[in-house]
Amino acid sequence: MDAPAIIDALGRLVSGAGYEAGPSVDVATIYVPADRLVATCTALRDTPSMRFNVLVEVTAADYLPRDPRFEVVYHLLSIPNRIRLRLKVRATEQSAVPTVQSVWPAAGWLEREVWDMFGVVFDGHPDLRRLLMPEDWEGHPQRKDYPVQIRKAAQTYEPLEVTEAEFRANLERDRVKRAH
Amino acid sequence: MAHSDPHDHGLDPDLPILTTTVERIVQWARRSAIWPAQFGLACCAIEMMAMAASRYDIARFGAEVFRGSPRQSDLMIVAGRLSRKMAPAMRRVYDQMPEPKWVISMGACASVGGVFDNYAIVQGVDQVVPVDVYVPGCPPRPESLIYGIVQLQQKIARSRA
Repeated sequence: MDAPAIIDALGRLVSGAGYEAGPSVDVATIYVPADRLVATCTALRDTPSMRFNVLVEVTAADYLPRDPRFEVVYHLLSIPNRIRLRLKVRATEQSAVPTVQSVWPAAGWLEREVWDMFGVVFDGHPDLRRLLMPEDWEGHPQRKDYPVQIRKAAQTYEPLEVTEAEFRANLERDRVKRAH
Repeated sequence: MAHSDPHDHGLDPDLPILTTTVERIVQWARRSAIWPAQFGLACCAIEMMAMAASRYDIARFGAEVFRGSPRQSDLMIVAGRLSRKMAPAMRRVYDQMPEPKWVISMGACASVGGVFDNYAIVQGVDQVVPVDVYVPGCPPRPESLIYGIVQLQQKIARSRA
């Protein structure tokens, strides 16, 4: 299936979505409006002629100074029909892209990575924390305007995962357990 | 009659006894059985493994016993680039090693950041742990790392026990 055929099939399933075919040399590419993303993904997954049951990758590209500057890229694979598809969603620093975790649970960490690296917010994501960078990192390193050769002191110790009071309570509980 | 020769301790030279100082024998023991921690970060670790394998055979220098636990190790060979997120973990490994302990910074990345002049890599592991010997190279050949270990042995021999 090429991009026009998929757009044609989607047009009958999802109402009011203006799809466009994107330029591509390998895999059919479709631009999807952000507000129709979840409906589109659900249709792509459940329609028998497509059945895109694997979300291979979520990534993004920063096209600074273009506006909107980001494109979030989804790579899909249909194992039953042996076809691949690339979806692209345009995003800015402010506009949120809806999460597709309800369609493919695998999107959870992939979207976290995109947020960590590019700062694209995923609306409805239950656990949007940093994935690759340290939790207290400032900025989003894969943005074009990020100072890559930044100089910072190395962090030598991780913050404690339990408070001092919890640590003492754990010790006390173990001590009591051993006594019996 | 007093002994004029300072090496003559009044013992029969035919007896099977050697004399030395405690400091010297401790230095000898430490430098002759360096146990490195099994800790590789990147491609330098491949050269470190080659050094441990039969062709270069670090057993000739008594340092072949790589331990999986830092609590049984004297030497940490930082083999590869250290990412900022790895730095607390490496410091924890170092802190768990018993004294006395030494650190070899292996390769350009561990020593000064190498080609990775960016936000993600620590520009020299001496920001995180005290380094005894720096081994240059990208990656250093096993001979270079063996030379580094011999330098460390000489350093231990010079140190106060």
